[in-house]
Amino acid sequence: MSRSTKTVRTLAVSLALALAATACAPGGSTTDEPAANSSASQVSKDVSAAGDVTLTVWDQNTDTGINDAQEELNKQFQQKYPNVKIERVSRSFSDLKTTLKLALTSKDPPDVVQANQGYPDMGSFVSGGLLRPEDDYAKLYGWDSYFPEQQLNLNKFTADGRDWQSGNLYGVSQTGEIVGVYYNRKILKNLNLQVPKTITEFEAMLPTIKASGMLPIAYGDVEKSPGIHIYGITQAAIAGKQAVTDLVTGKSGAWTDEPSVKAAQTIQDWATKGYITEGANGISRDEALAEFGKGKSAFVITGTWEQPKVIKSLGADSGFVALGPDGSDTPVTTGGVGLAWAITTGSKHPDVAAAYIDFITNAAAAQVLIDNGNLPAVPPADWAPKAGTLQADVASEWKRVNAGSGGLVPYLDYATPTFYDTLSAAVQQLTATKLTPQQFAEQLQKDYAAFLKSK
Amino acid sequence: MTAPVASATSINSSGANDPRARRGGKKRKVEWKAYLYILPAFVLFAVFLGVPAVQTAQYSLFKWNGIGPSTWVGLKNYGELFTDSVLRSSFLHAGVLIFFYAVIPVVLALFLTAIISRGANLRGMSVFRTLLFLPQVVASVVVATTWVAIYSPDGLINQLLRLVGLGSLTRAWLGDFDTALPAVGIVGSWLGIGLCLVLFLSGVANIQPELFEAARIDGAGPVGEFFSITLPALRGQIAVALTLTVVAALKTFDLVYITTRGGPGTSTTLPAFEAYNRAFNTGKVGSAAAVAILLTAIILVVTVLIQKIQPDEVE
Repeated sequence: MSRSTKTVRTLAVSLALALAATACAPGGSTTDEPAANSSASQVSKDVSAAGDVTLTVWDQNTDTGINDAQEELNKQFQQKYPNVKIERVSRSFSDLKTTLKLALTSKDPPDVVQANQGYPDMGSFVSGGLLRPEDDYAKLYGWDSYFPEQQLNLNKFTADGRDWQSGNLYGVSQTGEIVGVYYNRKILKNLNLQVPKTITEFEAMLPTIKASGMLPIAYGDVEKSPGIHIYGITQAAIAGKQAVTDLVTGKSGAWTDEPSVKAAQTIQDWATKGYITEGANGISRDEALAEFGKGKSAFVITGTWEQPKVIKSLGADSGFVALGPDGSDTPVTTGGVGLAWAITTGSKHPDVAAAYIDFITNAAAAQVLIDNGNLPAVPPADWAPKAGTLQADVASEWKRVNAGSGGLVPYLDYATPTFYDTLSAAVQQLTATKLTPQQFAEQLQKDYAAFLKSK
Repeated sequence: MTAPVASATSINSSGANDPRARRGGKKRKVEWKAYLYILPAFVLFAVFLGVPAVQTAQYSLFKWNGIGPSTWVGLKNYGELFTDSVLRSSFLHAGVLIFFYAVIPVVLALFLTAIISRGANLRGMSVFRTLLFLPQVVASVVVATTWVAIYSPDGLINQLLRLVGLGSLTRAWLGDFDTALPAVGIVGSWLGIGLCLVLFLSGVANIQPELFEAARIDGAGPVGEFFSITLPALRGQIAVALTLTVVAALKTFDLVYITTRGGPGTSTTLPAFEAYNRAFNTGKVGSAAAVAILLTAIILVVTVLIQKIQPDEVE
């Protein structure tokens, strides 16, 4: 065979391959309607009727406290229903995020998964018809009255996955979490400072602390996610709940609006004036937390999930507060509920799955969560940890944030599928003064506008 | 692709020692049996590399979030490789890394080879070789974590700087926009030097001692000796070292994943990291595939170019 015919043949084969490859588009090329879900059939609380069932559950409860609680709850559930065997797959948050999509689209998906809220995860799962709406079970088990509305809204999507916080309910959550300010009681007392309640009060004490030779805020952002938290709580307290919620859910507003730019300016000022750890982009979140734990800074800004670590290091000297806008009694801060426990459309035992979800999120489960040092989404009314402790602070701040219409502002990275990258990189650039607050806002707006256009 | 040709000819020539078979006026017979031998390897290749490669090429022509329906976008994803500043800079960063991963180790290792090879009877040479090669054996996650500690604000480097009174230079090396990429690069240099040195030393061991003697008799100094004998004799090893290190630089993922996650900002993002991030985190499977395809193409071209250094006859 001559060289030229060989080349021709190779070309022909690769062309044929290429054509075959393009013939069928990945994931189907048309907008197929999501498979009609099985909600038409009757839902039931009867678990025993299902016979011997293996329920595959994917969760992200890997931290000590929550892992203990989950193991305990799984054990109790299997004791109550001996016909059910729980196959638990537990992965860290980021591992879950990168593998869940593949698991859900496989032929044999898990029955119950923890899906992250917002457009990047839950939104795309819903648009792909991978999650089963749980409204029927919410009525059956009374989830719709047990959980506050602002919590349920976080787990809602329209059936096409385009609009967040309205439409069908795709899960309920076990735990609550808010980002706030941990403070060192001793340091504030020594400097004669009151616990700050608003963003302005908080800012006003930073120069005093700095002048005393103490680092005001321990901050490490090498993992990039702490940047989302520090900007999130500042923006929430400056712009207010409605504006930020509308922005993140894509209803109205722009990241270049004045309050958002002002929040960026605030954080850049903290960096240039030395109110946050120098070279924060090279310091890990844990290093910053350890610095605070050793009493080397007055504050650290992070979530309630770090409570066990702070208690261990700072003990009785530690306190927690969620900041609010000026003149407001309700704190307005970044937060939400733990990842939603959702049922997959591929699950053959939705009744068992729903019973399981109810079992691990109901009032009895809340007590198990508390016993293991976690913050349940709906704390028991009579829950009152010893006054003046960190636990009491966390419990009372969570209750305050959930009172009335509430002050929970969603995590900002829910805004678009790429917003985590965009925002976290931009905050690093902001604190390193590589971007002006205006440029920072424009960078966010560019990503946001492109997503809204593509919706 | 090279496998079938190579085995086919070797089988041919083993049976073709008599000139008749080689020359004979008859048409050359295709040795179908030969292909049978490579079938197992080819099936493995096709299933685990061929099919995914074609699939990736296919994905790269679509806009797809990995779940829902996809839309045909033609070459738009490839266009974005040049118009999207983050993607463009990720390839530029990979170029910078080539300097740290390949150029520095090869040059330094050549220099060290020139010195060490003169003291050829150094005692405990095998111990040194093992030590130098050690970075290659250690898991990359361990390497990266160790260097994170070295670069940290209170890490080894800053401690040393403070010790010698250069405290003003201290910084969070991996968190500074100007130093993060070189800092990652230096880890690569550290990884590469041992590998290159071990390769070159084994190459030098193959040079006939008489050549050096002859050169010395002709009055060549250490420098002349190096350039006229050692360097040309090491062409093969240099080609191998460059291929390994350049490819390592281009496909770096683990170091950046552990040390900086592409930060600060996007100053250390790399093509392999972007491909991963886009495919599994931000739901841009088509774009990720385009990055992967371009990266593969670049690696292939660079490898072919480097092979040109290789002497024609390799033992």
